[in-house]
Amino acid sequence: MQEHSEHHIVPKRVYALVFATLIVLTWVTAWVATVDLGAFNIYVALSIATFKASIVVLFFMHVKYGTRLTKFIVCSGILWLMFLLFVTMGDIWTRSWMGVPGR
Amino acid sequence: MSSHSSVAAHDAAHDPNLKHHFENADQQKESASIGMWVFLLTELMFFGGLFLAYFVYRQWYPEAFIAASNKTDVLVGAINTTVLICSSLTMALAVHYASKGRRELLVLFLIATLLLGGIFLGVKGYEYHDKWVHHEIPGEHFECHGCADEVHTQLFFSLYFGMTGLHASHMIIGFGVLLVLIWQAWKGQFSAKWYTPIEMFGLYWHFVDIVWIFLFPLLYLIDRVGRPLL
Repeated sequence: MQEHSEHHIVPKRVYALVFATLIVLTWVTAWVATVDLGAFNIYVALSIATFKASIVVLFFMHVKYGTRLTKFIVCSGILWLMFLLFVTMGDIWTRSWMGVPGR
Repeated sequence: MSSHSSVAAHDAAHDPNLKHHFENADQQKESASIGMWVFLLTELMFFGGLFLAYFVYRQWYPEAFIAASNKTDVLVGAINTTVLICSSLTMALAVHYASKGRRELLVLFLIATLLLGGIFLGVKGYEYHDKWVHHEIPGEHFECHGCADEVHTQLFFSLYFGMTGLHASHMIIGFGVLLVLIWQAWKGQFSAKWYTPIEMFGLYWHFVDIVWIFLFPLLYLIDRVGRPLL
């Protein structure tokens, strides 16, 4: 059960790479919004944002080097957020299919 | 009992920052980290409710949201996103140098984080002022020329001010904490062995950055197709 929790010092090179990726993706997402992808614009924008958030969590917030308990807690929180968003949006998206009054 | 406490007292003599109810420094650090994450998850659900409201209303009134979103300045938003990411980098470096016990560099990067956060809030203030001048604040004096659905255009701006305002208030709170941390770091209260407050504040600051990473595309980038970035 002993979890390795030695002080993992992340090399500066990793921070530089994450930082460069975040900056590039910020301007990519601003540019790609001007390209006509139809309904997919929002999904591309949210995918880029999710990727950016993931590398912030993993590297800047050290979750990649954290213990399994930390990883479990972070994942459970994200899971609950997904419940909040997708269960509610599932209702909103599908109401019109059934012709329910009041949408 | 007494033999236990004397052992604990003996151990504590080695590390004044280790509280007696923890086995060792690693366990103490892990506990702080998990406590901070649990707090951040409550924050996640807090912001999550606003994001949910945004998604629901965007689904119901897409035209009004497009019309309102096109009134935001993408260039200013992208520049501000860049500034905030820079402040996340300086915060990460502050934690890095704290872990190496480099006091001067720690203070330097904390101050850099403070300054970049200040620039972000300044730009945000400029944007709010712009909205004020153009009557884009929801309420009695709201004006939207050529808007088909003025009521729901206002709804977008209510969410805009609610979400960016809550985000900005988190940054202002972060500002206060940063000032204290800079003072403590300057006084040499942190070492390579113990810099937990710096690390925990880093988690908070990166979390606030993540919220903005989602706010930027959702508030600024709706249906910009065919409109030049600059």
